[in-house]
Amino acid sequence: MLNTKAVDLVVVGGGPAGMAAAVAAAEAGVEEIVLLERQAKLGGILPQCIHNGFGLRYFKEELTGPEYAYRFMLELKKKPRIQVKTETMVVTITPDRQVVTTSAAEGLVCYQARAVILAMGCRERPRGAINIPGTRPAGIYTAGSLQYLLNIEGFLPGRTAVILGSGDIGLIMARRLTLEGIRVRAVLELMPYSNGLNRNVVQCLEDFNIPLYLSHTVTAIHGQGRVEKVSVAPVDADLQPLVEKGFDLACDTLVLSVGLIPENELSLQAGVELDPATGGPVVDSFYQTTVEGIFACGNVAHVHDVVDDVSAESAIAGRAAAAYLRGEIGGNRWLPVKAGRNIRSVVPQRIVVGQATPLYIRARFPEKNAQLNVGHGHSKRRIVSPGETIYYTVKPEDICSQEGFVRVGLEGGKVDD
Amino acid sequence: MSITEVDVLVIGGGVVGAALIRELSRYELDLVLVEKEVDVSFGTSKANSGIVHSGVHDRPGTLKAQLSVRGCQLFPELAAELDFLYKQNGAVVVARSREELVELEKLVENGRANGVKDLSLISREELRRIEPNLSAELVGGLLAPSGGIVVPFDLVFALTENAVANGAKLMVNTEVLGIKEEKDGFFVRTNHRPIRAKLIVNAAGLYGGEVAAMIGDHSIQLYARKGEEYLFDRKLEGLVQRTVFPLPSKVSKGILVIPTVDGNIMIGPTAHRVEDYDLSTSLAGWNEIFPAARKLVPTLQPTDLITAFSGLRAVGTSGDFIIAPSIISPRFINAAGIESPGLTAAPAIAEYIVELIKDSGLPLARKQKFNPRRTVVRLRDLDPQAQAELMQKDPAYGQIVCRCEMVSAGEIRDAVRRGATTLDGIKLRTRSGMGRCQGGFCTPKIIRLLSNELGLPPEQISKNGPGSELLFGRLRGDRAKEEKQHA
Repeated sequence: MLNTKAVDLVVVGGGPAGMAAAVAAAEAGVEEIVLLERQAKLGGILPQCIHNGFGLRYFKEELTGPEYAYRFMLELKKKPRIQVKTETMVVTITPDRQVVTTSAAEGLVCYQARAVILAMGCRERPRGAINIPGTRPAGIYTAGSLQYLLNIEGFLPGRTAVILGSGDIGLIMARRLTLEGIRVRAVLELMPYSNGLNRNVVQCLEDFNIPLYLSHTVTAIHGQGRVEKVSVAPVDADLQPLVEKGFDLACDTLVLSVGLIPENELSLQAGVELDPATGGPVVDSFYQTTVEGIFACGNVAHVHDVVDDVSAESAIAGRAAAAYLRGEIGGNRWLPVKAGRNIRSVVPQRIVVGQATPLYIRARFPEKNAQLNVGHGHSKRRIVSPGETIYYTVKPEDICSQEGFVRVGLEGGKVDD
Repeated sequence: MSITEVDVLVIGGGVVGAALIRELSRYELDLVLVEKEVDVSFGTSKANSGIVHSGVHDRPGTLKAQLSVRGCQLFPELAAELDFLYKQNGAVVVARSREELVELEKLVENGRANGVKDLSLISREELRRIEPNLSAELVGGLLAPSGGIVVPFDLVFALTENAVANGAKLMVNTEVLGIKEEKDGFFVRTNHRPIRAKLIVNAAGLYGGEVAAMIGDHSIQLYARKGEEYLFDRKLEGLVQRTVFPLPSKVSKGILVIPTVDGNIMIGPTAHRVEDYDLSTSLAGWNEIFPAARKLVPTLQPTDLITAFSGLRAVGTSGDFIIAPSIISPRFINAAGIESPGLTAAPAIAEYIVELIKDSGLPLARKQKFNPRRTVVRLRDLDPQAQAELMQKDPAYGQIVCRCEMVSAGEIRDAVRRGATTLDGIKLRTRSGMGRCQGGFCTPKIIRLLSNELGLPPEQISKNGPGSELLFGRLRGDRAKEEKQHA
C-alpha cells in the first residue's frame, strides 16, 4: 500500500519561488508544510548563478545567486513547521491535491494536501525544438546546463564557443565562458533586438568585446564526434535565413539560449488551465489557478526577468494559500484581463475585484514613449521592449466591474525601424 | 597476441547481427559478434523507424515478402520472451482520391498474395471513426492489424543481452580489417586481437560490400539511402493509434505518421540516395516531411517538435535482400542489402541463416539450458504498488535522474552493467535524455553516474565514442584547488 500522509500545504519545488512561498505561508500561520525539491540542495537554479545582480529590488542590495538563495535557506531553517524533502521527485498531482513523490530515502509517498503551491520553475528550449539542421555531435549545450557543468561541477566544457540567443542566460554565459578562458566567437540573436536586460548586453558583451549579431541564426551544425563549426546566416523580416549571405564560425561548442518553457506537465495532470501566452497556469490576484486550492508562482507561472519578482510574487501566493486554508478566500469576483495593442501577456490573468494587484506585462515589440492603459488607469512608458517586464499595479479604482474585463494595452508609441 | 577461436563470427551489431547471434545462442557453438562502433545498434538500426511491417508492401515471391511476413508473426512471442518495447498497434494505408482507392485494392491483393492475414478495406467514415485525427480529405484506408511498432535499439539490446546471457561473446569497438580463408575456416584481423572462425556471417550493414570484398567477393554492391525523421513531444500520445502510411512511391513507403511505443509521434522518413555517410538533418528534409505528414494529420504543430535524426539504409542493387553463402566460400554467408523491411524481417532472417549454416555442414546441436528470457526494470511502466516495492528493495530506483522520462539512478546503473559506456548508450537503453528537455537537466548527472560506474574520469565520458567527449577537463581554479589538496 502507498504510504499516505495528510498535510496542510505541499509546495512543489524548492527554488526561489517554492522557498519564498513556503516561508510566507509559514509566517501566515500554516501548520504543516512540506517543501519538495528534486535536487540534492534547495535554491533551484540560483546556486549555479554565481554572478551578481540579484536582490536589488527585493533586498535593496546586490547579491550573487548563491547568496540570494542562502537568505531564504536561513529563513526556512527558522521555520520548523516546514518539512524540507530534497532529492524527492513529484510523480503526479491530482485535481483533489494528492501529490505522489518518489525518493531514494522514502520510496513512493503520497501526500494528501489541503492546498498545493506549484513552483516547478521552467526548463530550457532544446536544439530539437528550434529544429537546427545538421549533425548531432557532442558539444551542443543549453546555456543552463553549461552553467551547471561550469559553476557547480567545475568542468571545462569547451574551448571555443558560439552562443545562439541573447536572452539573459546567453549573455551571462558569454561573460562567464570568457572569464574561464573559453573564446566566445559570437552571440547570435534571431530578433532585431536582444531579449536580455540592457544592463547585461553592456556588462556581459560590450565590456568584453564579444560581437552580438542581431537578426542572425544558426542554419547548420557541423562535426561528427564533436562540434567543428556552425553555419550562420542573417534572417529577413519574416525571420527566414538568407543562406546565400551566410558564413561559418569554427567552434567546438554551441550554446543555446533560445527560450525558457514553464514546466507544467504536473499542472496539466492536476487539471490546471494554462495560458498559451505565458505557457504557465492562468492565475488570479492570489496566484490561485483554475483548480481550487492549487496555486502557482515563479517561473512555472511565467518566465521572470529577475528573481526578486519571483520572491515577491511567491510571497503573495504563500500568504494566499494560508488565507485559503483559513477559508478566507474563495468565491471572489474577478475580471479577466484582455490583451490589447502590443501586449503579449499579462499575469495575473484574472484580477480580483477590490484587490490591488501588481501586474507583470510583456510587450510584443519594442517601441518608445507609449502610454500603458490598464482599465481606466494609465502611465507613460519611455522605452518598451519584449525583453523587459512592464510593471503596473492595478488599483481597485482602475477597474469598472460592469465592463466584465480589464483591458491592457500600449498606445501612441513610436516604433523604431 | 592471443587469438579468439570461435565457431561462428557475426560481423555487425545491428538488428540483423543481433537477431542472428541470439538465434545461434540456442546451439552448442562458440560465438562472437563484432561491432566497430562503441555499442551495438549505433549504426543504421539506431535510426530505424521502428515499424513491424505487416508485409502488404513487398513484391510476392521475394525474400523481403517471405521474411517480413514471417518476422511480423514472430514479434509478439519474441517481445514476450525478451521484454523489449513492442506493440501490435496495426497499420493503416490511406487513400487521398478515388484513383488511390483503386491502388489500395491492388495493395490488398498484394498483401494477401504474401500471406498477410486480416487485411480489410475501410470506408472514409470507418477511417474517421478509428482515427479521428486523420485528415477529413482522406477517402478510405487499408487496415493491416498485424502491423506493429517496436523501439529498434531496445530490440537490438534485448537480443544481444540475451545472446550474451546464453554464452555468446560480444566485442564492441572492434573493426574487421582483413579476412584470410584458411583450410577449415577464416583468420580475421581486427583493430584488436585476431579471431579465427569456422564460419562468418557478414551482417555489416552499409559496410557489407567492403567486408565481402575482404575474401574476394565483389558481388555485393550497396549504396546508402538516407532517411530523416522528426520526433514530437509525448504530450501528443494518442494522436494516431495506428501507423499511418500514404500509398507507397517507387522507392519508399512514403512519409509516415508513426506512433512510437514510448508515446511520441514521429514523422518521416525521407529516402534519398547519398554518396557520403553523413547523418545530418536538413531544412530540405523537414520541408519534404512536415507538409506531407500534415496532409495525413493536419493538427501537427512544429512547436511540439523535440528532436530530429537521420539514418542510412544499406540498399542493394537487386531490390531484394541478399542472404546467401558467398560465391567465394560456402562458409561465408552474406546478409546484405537489408533495407526496409529489414527490422521486421530480422528474426526470420536469423532463422533463415541458421538453415544456411546447417546446409554448410557446420554441426548444430541444441543447447540443453538455453534461457529465452531477458527482463529489464522500467520504472515508468510499473504500477505504483510495484514501484513502491522496487524502491523498498533498492532505493536507487527511487532516485529519479531524468525527470522528463522518469528514469532512476538504478536503471542507469543497470544500463552500464548491461553494456552502456556512453551517454547515448545510456539514453538508448533507458530513455534518459530522450524527453522534452533533451538531456538539459540530466546530462551532468549521467556523466557523473557513468564516470563512477565505469571508473573513468568525467572528461573521458563521451556522447557516442572516441572523439565525442563531452568535457575538456577541469576549470583552472578547480584544478589548482585539487592539486593543493593532494599536496
